[in-house]
Amino acid sequence: MDDLYRDFILEHYKRPRNFGELPEHDHDAHEVNPLCGDELGVQIVIADGRIADLRFQGHGCAISQAAASMASEELIGMEVDEAATLDAGWMLELLGIPVSATRRKCALLSLKVVRHALTGEGSWPGDPGN
Amino acid sequence: MKHVVCRTSEEPCQECLVGFGAEKIREDFPILWTKVHGKPLVYLDNAATTQKPQAVLDTLMRYYTEENSNVHRGVHFLSQVATQSYESGRTRVRQFLNASHDREIIFTRGATEGINLVAQSYGRKHLRAGDEVIVSAMEHHSNIVPWQQAAAATGAQLRYLEVADDGTLSLEQLDAELARGDVALVALTHVSNVLGTINPVAEIVHRAHDAGALALIDGAQAVPQLEVDLTAIDADFYAWTGHKALGPTGVGVLHARAELLEQMPPFLSGGDMIATVEAQSSSWNELPWKFEAGTSMIAQVVGLGAAIDYLDALGMANIRAHEHALTAYTLERLSATDGVSLFGPPSAEHRGGVVSFALEGIHPHDVAELLSRSNVCIRASHHCAQPLMRRLGVVATARASFGPYNVAADVDALIEAIERAQEVFEG
Ligand SMILES: Cc1ncc(COP(=O)(O)O)c(C=O)c1O
Repeated sequence: MDDLYRDFILEHYKRPRNFGELPEHDHDAHEVNPLCGDELGVQIVIADGRIADLRFQGHGCAISQAAASMASEELIGMEVDEAATLDAGWMLELLGIPVSATRRKCALLSLKVVRHALTGEGSWPGDPGN
Repeated sequence: MKHVVCRTSEEPCQECLVGFGAEKIREDFPILWTKVHGKPLVYLDNAATTQKPQAVLDTLMRYYTEENSNVHRGVHFLSQVATQSYESGRTRVRQFLNASHDREIIFTRGATEGINLVAQSYGRKHLRAGDEVIVSAMEHHSNIVPWQQAAAATGAQLRYLEVADDGTLSLEQLDAELARGDVALVALTHVSNVLGTINPVAEIVHRAHDAGALALIDGAQAVPQLEVDLTAIDADFYAWTGHKALGPTGVGVLHARAELLEQMPPFLSGGDMIATVEAQSSSWNELPWKFEAGTSMIAQVVGLGAAIDYLDALGMANIRAHEHALTAYTLERLSATDGVSLFGPPSAEHRGGVVSFALEGIHPHDVAELLSRSNVCIRASHHCAQPLMRRLGVVATARASFGPYNVAADVDALIEAIERAQEVFEG
């Protein structure tokens, strides 16, 4: 069994959750992974201070797709304030695989695009306390 | 089984029988002795940079231990030795590529800097609004972005030759563009770093000149693997880079016609490139030093000379024959592997030692990561050729590329690693 390409990662990669379009949305953003040129977009609907619905668009490597898919399941229903402050540690823990320095941006691209959509600011999520 | 490509030292190829011997060459490259997880390294990322033979490493060491000094204007013993070594590097480059004059050889930091020098110095002075610069959709960003900048500064237009499905450029389209009469410069790559396509550069330069246009050729991928004859190609500018040709990083070469260099303003300015400096103005040093401002990459030039000696001793025709055989073998093996699609010219005939491919359902990055588990080093990227990626309809490709030290066993390891990667994803 491969450390990185675990069954659940490949399962999310092959059948990503919450990918598609939300034509009526409150927030959206689009980001590029400079490492590989992969692109990821997000559309978000807000209700009562929470993320009521969210869809990603784009394609990428197994790590970035699985990260987006897994994050989407957590993000839907989350308070906007909380979602906007999630850090890299949250994402890496959720992924639960050893991500090397070179693949870090693959793992964090979905969080970056969500942050961008919610806060208008798209810096790379840093480590906790960063 | 009959092979046309080196398999192991016990099973040499036809080229080895005439004295090439890739398996023996490996002994000259200490990094190839490296074992990772107890297994040898399979280095197939030579289009990004090649490994360095012991002779180059020894030369760098010898330079720094015995000759290190600043060049030109030094009267003392060491400075004379270093100047002699540096300038003989220039002569070595001239002989190697059959160029005409040392004064037409400018040392740069790499192909990128050489093209920037031309785009900024020639381009900004001589391009006019309404002029056209022709590039192609298979160019490396280093032969696109400097022209975008020069075009933005001058009002010139950038136009692209298309890439056909078989990875070639259309000379008919080139002729049609040239016939418009407003083409100032044609800037094309000799060998594509993604598709491996070998462009007919002598013919392209000839057609450009007939139409009154200048021609720049990006030789970054050509010099390491082809017999390049700059007199025959006759380009006005030819740029290449040392680190892809077994040399050190930090040194490249721009070949340029002296009449053009004479008319061009300096690119960088400061020490070494001047004749005299007055309070408000200066006059320029003669060629080639007018274009070599500041302390040069002396050690790297000396190291590049050693790399050229090494390539010359192998013989560029032998290197080409060997890499051609290796590429043909790779195309054959990859075509026979399920789920693999190939980019670029279908045969190895008009292709350098570069093979880009895709695996169905697996992103190139994941391919590279999984291959690395088997110690197989390939590159997965847009390869600094995003317009080409758009043309191919992908964001990235996986790319295996060869050096003189690669053998068929490396290709076998690549295929095995690909099959293992497919198993992981099917798993
Ligand atoms: C075709 C081509 N042109 C130009 C370059 C740029 O070379 P360098 O980065 O050494 O300046 C490269 C290498 O990446 C290349 O493959």
